[in-house]
Amino acid sequence: MAASLEISGLEAGYGAVRVLHRISLRVGEGETVALLGTNGNGKSTLMKCIMGMLRPTAGTITAEIDGTRHALAGLSTEAIVDLGIAFVPEGRRLFPRLTVTENLLMGAFRPAARAEMRRNLAFCFEVFPRLAERRRQLAGSMSGGEQQMLALARALMSAPRLLLIDEPSVGLAPLLVSRTIDKIQEMKTGYGLSVLMAEQNFTQAIRIADRGYVIVHGEIAFAGDSAAALNDNALIRSFYLGA
Amino acid sequence: MRGPGFVALLLLAAALVFGAARLVDNPYAFFAGYVVLQYVVLATAWNILGGYTGYVNFGTAAFFALGAYTTVALHKLTSLPLPAMMLAGGIVSGAVGIGTGYLTLRLRGTYFSIATLAMAVVVQTLITNWSFVGGSRGAYVVRPAEVMGLDYVQYLFLLMLALAVIAIATARTIERARIGTGFAAIRDDEVAAEANGVPTLRLKLIATALSGGLMGMAGAPLPYYVTYLDPASGFSLSYAVNTIAMPLIGGTSSWVGPVIGAVLLGTLQQVASVTISSALSLLIVGLLLVGFVIAAPRGIIGWFGK
Repeated sequence: MAASLEISGLEAGYGAVRVLHRISLRVGEGETVALLGTNGNGKSTLMKCIMGMLRPTAGTITAEIDGTRHALAGLSTEAIVDLGIAFVPEGRRLFPRLTVTENLLMGAFRPAARAEMRRNLAFCFEVFPRLAERRRQLAGSMSGGEQQMLALARALMSAPRLLLIDEPSVGLAPLLVSRTIDKIQEMKTGYGLSVLMAEQNFTQAIRIADRGYVIVHGEIAFAGDSAAALNDNALIRSFYLGA
Repeated sequence: MRGPGFVALLLLAAALVFGAARLVDNPYAFFAGYVVLQYVVLATAWNILGGYTGYVNFGTAAFFALGAYTTVALHKLTSLPLPAMMLAGGIVSGAVGIGTGYLTLRLRGTYFSIATLAMAVVVQTLITNWSFVGGSRGAYVVRPAEVMGLDYVQYLFLLMLALAVIAIATARTIERARIGTGFAAIRDDEVAAEANGVPTLRLKLIATALSGGLMGMAGAPLPYYVTYLDPASGFSLSYAVNTIAMPLIGGTSSWVGPVIGAVLLGTLQQVASVTISSALSLLIVGLLLVGFVIAAPRGIIGWFGK
């Protein structure tokens, strides 16, 4: 059982500032979809809309989870998490004064996740052995890479079907970025997730992405149906390589 | 320790406190003890919102005085027993807590605190202009000499003692339950809590309702204690200052902190106001607060444990 997400004609902004213009995109069952774009193009705003943290002004967001369709716009964040949609916010946002284990247990706050807590915790420690070693350490005292691992693991603790990840590479050294991306892939296949990942680091993101969208000034500028199509795109070359 | 065992222990401690107060051959022990217990309730109630979720409330006096004025109104209209009036005061203040929470909890940090301060001013203005409960002239409440053979001041002391047991048991239950973990998540990082599916608004409303309700219950017996209540004393700034200072001095992360802070500071103030001068008591609070912020930012319980 998996989940898919469909967004169509989405518009949103902050006050008078419009950030997203008629965004339409799809995340199919079991897919990893990359949302590519540099800073300030609306990637995080889109994530916030999906999670119910920001109310869109127009458009629809529909999630199909285990065969049931849900309209997400208008639902509260906790109701969206309850459906089986997990979110790893930008900059990790851990609970710095809680231990690794306590942070993970916080991830299992939704009622449905508590039943599977033991199994999910074991899975997290299996994918991230480093967290098992440091389970009693305060989250705030860990390195950036370890904190990102913990943020991913915490999201998994809510027993999601669909995982949204906002900029997993932010503030990490290049080697750690590539390790984080590998871990996302491992989580996705091991747990059977559908993933939407916003990322600036193009080369790293398309290593694991099935498809990708390039977002420029709040509009989908290009939709690539394969990693190869994204690689060959002139727009991306001009964006990332300055050519 | 399990919940029922802890409550039994609390009741035992309360019985010892009452017994000790009876042994003191001075009726003033009950007068002073009442005030200390009242601060135990207020500090514990404040800490449910301020300590556990991190939302600093400057409006203690409003919730407290609303409880007291509910009693004044009920005293004029009915002949309900005092425990029923305390319940009514708790309901009124709890409802105002929910209302304030709903209007202001979208504000974070300092903005929330400013809003609670403004709320206190608004409520005080309303009460001052409501002549039914005495308006600015104040209201007299004649208290009976005794209840069921018990001196009335001792009765008030006993009620406040029972309320302190309820408040402490509530705080400890929250701390150990899932709701307490949710509160801690909100305090540490509200966005992260939300992303994890913690129903932040609902939890914060529970916190404001419980906190406000307990404050109202603590205020409800006040008219019978002072026998004359006017807005200036009911809404005194010292309630707000004391209830913030006590948990901070004791430590905000656990129910023990506010209790230690309230007993320590409350007793010190009572002693100071009889031996030196009553004007000195707020100065003591200020000096201790400065001292603790420098020397023990996590309060007295910060010296022990984690």
